[in-house]
Amino acid sequence: MTLLKSNLSARSEGFAANKSAHEAAMSQVRDAAQKAFDGGGETARERHTSRGKILPRERVSRLLDPGSPFLEVGTLAAHGLYGDAAPSAGIITGIGRVEGQEVMVIANDATVKGGTYYPMTVKKHLRAQEIAAENNLPCVYLVDSGGANLPNQDEVFPDRDHFGRIFFNQANMSAKGIAQIAVVMGSCTAGGAYVPAMSDETIIVRNQGTIFLAGPPLVKAATGEEVSAEDLGGGDVHTRLSGVADHLARDDAHALALARRSVASLNRTKLTQVALQTPEDPLYDPDEILGVVPADLRTPYDIREVIARVVDGSRFDEFKARYGTTLVCGFAHIHGMPVGIIANNGVLFSESAVKGAHFVELCSQRKVPLVFLQNITGFMVGRKYESGGIAKDGAKLVTAVATTSVPKITMLVGGSFGAGNYGMCGRAFNPRFLWTWPNSRISVMGGEQAAGVLATVRRDGIERKGGSWSAEEEKAFKQPVIDQFEEQGHPLYASARLWDDGIVDPRKTRDILGLSLSAALNAPIDDTRFGLFRM
Amino acid sequence: MFKKILIANRGEIACRVIKTARRLGIRTVAVYSDADASAMHVALADEAYWIGPAPVADSYLRVDAIIDACKKSGAEAVHPGYGFLSENPGFVDALDAAGIAFIGPSASSIRAMGLKDAAKALMVEAGVPVVPGYHGESQDPAFLKAQADGIGYPVLIKARAGGGGKGMRRVDDPKDFLSALEGAQREGQASFGDPRVLIEKYLTKPRHIEIQVFGDSHGNAVHLFERDCSLQRRHQKVIEEAPAPGMPEEMRRAMGEAAVKAAKAINYSGAGTIEFIADVSEGLKADRFYFMEMNTRLQVEHPVTELITGEDLVEWQLRVASGEALPKRQNELTFSGWAFEARLYAEDAPKGFLPAIGTLTHLHLPDTLARIDSGVRSGDAITPYYDPMIAKIIVHGPTREAALGKLLATLEDTQVAGCVTNAGFLASLCRHEGFARGDVDTGLIDRDLQSLISEPETPEDAVALAALAALGLTREATGSDPWDKLKGWRMWSASRQFALLEIAGERRDVEVHALGGRSFSVLSKDNARTYEIISVSGSAITFEREGGRQTAALAQEAGSVTVFLRGHAYRIGLADHLADDEEAGNSGDQIIAPMPGLVKVLSAKPGDTVTAGQALVVLEAMKMEHTLKAPRDGVVASILAAEGEQVQDGAILLALEEDTSNAA
Repeated sequence: MTLLKSNLSARSEGFAANKSAHEAAMSQVRDAAQKAFDGGGETARERHTSRGKILPRERVSRLLDPGSPFLEVGTLAAHGLYGDAAPSAGIITGIGRVEGQEVMVIANDATVKGGTYYPMTVKKHLRAQEIAAENNLPCVYLVDSGGANLPNQDEVFPDRDHFGRIFFNQANMSAKGIAQIAVVMGSCTAGGAYVPAMSDETIIVRNQGTIFLAGPPLVKAATGEEVSAEDLGGGDVHTRLSGVADHLARDDAHALALARRSVASLNRTKLTQVALQTPEDPLYDPDEILGVVPADLRTPYDIREVIARVVDGSRFDEFKARYGTTLVCGFAHIHGMPVGIIANNGVLFSESAVKGAHFVELCSQRKVPLVFLQNITGFMVGRKYESGGIAKDGAKLVTAVATTSVPKITMLVGGSFGAGNYGMCGRAFNPRFLWTWPNSRISVMGGEQAAGVLATVRRDGIERKGGSWSAEEEKAFKQPVIDQFEEQGHPLYASARLWDDGIVDPRKTRDILGLSLSAALNAPIDDTRFGLFRM
Repeated sequence: MFKKILIANRGEIACRVIKTARRLGIRTVAVYSDADASAMHVALADEAYWIGPAPVADSYLRVDAIIDACKKSGAEAVHPGYGFLSENPGFVDALDAAGIAFIGPSASSIRAMGLKDAAKALMVEAGVPVVPGYHGESQDPAFLKAQADGIGYPVLIKARAGGGGKGMRRVDDPKDFLSALEGAQREGQASFGDPRVLIEKYLTKPRHIEIQVFGDSHGNAVHLFERDCSLQRRHQKVIEEAPAPGMPEEMRRAMGEAAVKAAKAINYSGAGTIEFIADVSEGLKADRFYFMEMNTRLQVEHPVTELITGEDLVEWQLRVASGEALPKRQNELTFSGWAFEARLYAEDAPKGFLPAIGTLTHLHLPDTLARIDSGVRSGDAITPYYDPMIAKIIVHGPTREAALGKLLATLEDTQVAGCVTNAGFLASLCRHEGFARGDVDTGLIDRDLQSLISEPETPEDAVALAALAALGLTREATGSDPWDKLKGWRMWSASRQFALLEIAGERRDVEVHALGGRSFSVLSKDNARTYEIISVSGSAITFEREGGRQTAALAQEAGSVTVFLRGHAYRIGLADHLADDEEAGNSGDQIIAPMPGLVKVLSAKPGDTVTAGQALVVLEAMKMEHTLKAPRDGVVASILAAEGEQVQDGAILLALEEDTSNAA
């Protein structure tokens, strides 16, 4: 294979400045993540542990195999939402290894409003189930939730992608042979009761886990019957009398061990459907990514500098290197797994788009997973390009990306603007995973452009009425628009709303792609049937 | 010289004999039982023959099977090693009858020394000193008192039929003699139906010193100096040395001459050992040693003699047995320096030296400073059928201090996992001040037993290493999948992992944070310590903590990890939350065989009401009887074994009925 040669190094001009800018962006994310990790705060955590319960993140760690990675999804969900009352949206989701196989773990955080479901909690839970379903990953639910968050019930209960969808997904995953295992470590009230009840195998912790459609207060109100939570729906009742749960655990640790035992008996083997190579570190240090990628999104740079710091041995076999050069396509390996990489190296022209579509066809034919390194301002505009049919050529790329059956993983390494987002496999195009760098920005267009468009419309309106608009007035008009786009395009804003699966440390790009790819390969790669390509 | 010999033994001594035979160009034939089919001695020998099932009576003690193996293989001679058939005159007769040479003394020599009393009488006749005493028929108290007065106090009055300390009295003062005599006689009558006693001098500070002798068929006999085997526990030698510390030349000569006299008295041919007991209440004195017995075979501890004399005693045995004269005369024999031998056993010193069995999952016997005589390799098993010896560690140095230093260093670097061993106990002995001074006697170990078997508290470094090992963080990832390779990977935090360890019977939940690279923070007992793994090579692991680098070794097996750190081995259990279910039952409702063994006694039947601590089962294992008691008050629900049944480790022997009193 061809060795990439980097033209940049730690001694290059701007390296240090780039690095410090990226580090500043990263530290903002790290701080936000730390807050998320703390869950509902010190008092709630103490109350939780004083009941003999293990904290949710520790539960996840104890569920996983020793040394297992944990590919967390949606860490920063609900960041800045609900008055910051729901760190991580009160639920921890991610992929980890249990008994040697990748599973999706969905764990309620009862320290966050009793583990109740905010709208973002539902969205995150459903996203985790979607990942499990698409990638054929068994699900382990560590349940400890009071159900729907009542003040937000209108955004939690009624719609298609609301609470009920959780159970719909459980049933349908079970139907596809994707194991559903629940560990009841706290409340499972009302709708929540269906998580264990809909699971293939359920474990409940004695004197701690409860499952009931209505809790003691509601029962008393409805029928006057007075009953304790444990007698109404505790572990003993459900494992001995009702059969709602299958295994009775002494405590959290025992319950997690029982869950591991259940996973051990799933009788699964990971598919080997791609030709693996012995993994090899990149020739160039991935840590240098921070220095070689410019701090300012508008500064152009060669995306191969990033690829050289991500792929095995920094080897990259480029496809059509001399054609449509603003889109870099080629084959490489990441952690030994073959991938087709599609990466932006400037604005998309017709040639770039057609080349990209061709490359997606190649990868689909060969069943090689796709990795998108997205840094795109959009497709080229102007009369020449419109008349050249850039919309038609862009559609070819979008069609190919939308309909290919190979796993797609998108890494947002810079801008994600306009239709470029579609061609480069944005969220709407169902990448198996979508990760984003702290320096990235996402919006329908750049803030400056948006402000410019709005200012032009405004000026036209004023001038049509014979008025005049000073440069100062225009600037004052534009600034809030720019500010709004900056705020809403920021990865923290995006990740809070689950437009992506998480903000990642750029230096860990290779590892996160490797883990994502390997997880994705749990599902068979089907034959592709493309949509119609407009010629 | 023989062209082919058969070794009617196993383990280290079989390997030891094969080594010398091979050096001399003699072909070797091994014999083996079912349990030893893949044993080291079988692998080393040129040929090997199966002689029966694992129990020794069905294999290594089977004269017919061994003679049959000789005939099949064409072996001209049999080396018996020690133990088994080595001092069995019937075996020697059978070999004679089959025309096969025995590498050892004649049957008559063995018989002469086989009966202790007759041997003593023979020695008295030959002018070899024996412990002063009266063994005659007269039981008249006044006469016996006069005998005791003549011997000198303290004396020991022993029931002639006695054993186990019954009917035995020590008398320090002549005025107590008669009442003590009466007591001993009464106890002898009560316990054995025989009031007769004998009287012997009581040695307040005895030392066990033995002389290696060699005779040939030409009437020559020499001695190869002494060995001191005073470090004993229940008459089992623990550490032997040569020469004996503090031995005056005059006494050495006297003992050597007496030993040669003893050998000549029975026309001894081959290797033998005359065991003496020396009274060292006033130091070693040339007139204070007494014949105890003669061992008509090669001793376990023969290597210490080899190391100080430079002679190969097995070679001597082979030469003499093939009819050659002794390789050296007495005046050609010299010794230099000092040698020790420590016997590394699979046994649990703190638990009363209970023999241990198991598979040697990890075995490192460093031979840079020591000669290692061993019959096992890593992966071999110590079975309940045979002596649980793992190795003999033998060192030689110019001085006693130098040799002892080598012994300690070797013991500290010895690594055994899979079996509990006495390595820590042996190392403690090497550090014992009295022993280091050479101030030894047979009572030393018993006197200081508590401190010798006390195990150091498990250091936090060992806990941390065990936790890292338990979590798989010390090993390089195998497999290419990033889910295997990226150990403890997290995005914005350190991974937290938990290892549930069992340290000295206590459970400890140890938390490990991955700090990136191979650095970890280990939280145990509210302390956080940072470790960096510098390198891992095989079982060895070099780590850094607070700027200090150390190397330890780790041996991990199912359920435990043994950490070898700073000269100690710490076996740390890896607990399993799921195993608790069974354990809970174990402590409450069942009696489970703690090791494989034979059910000797079952003193309960279903329906019996038993109380906590009541002895219900006696299990014979490793030649010892283990009493298993009721775990709680209750009613016997079922008996799941029968008297005389061989049971496996972990077998449920007896179950109690569900305890209804606590169910509510």
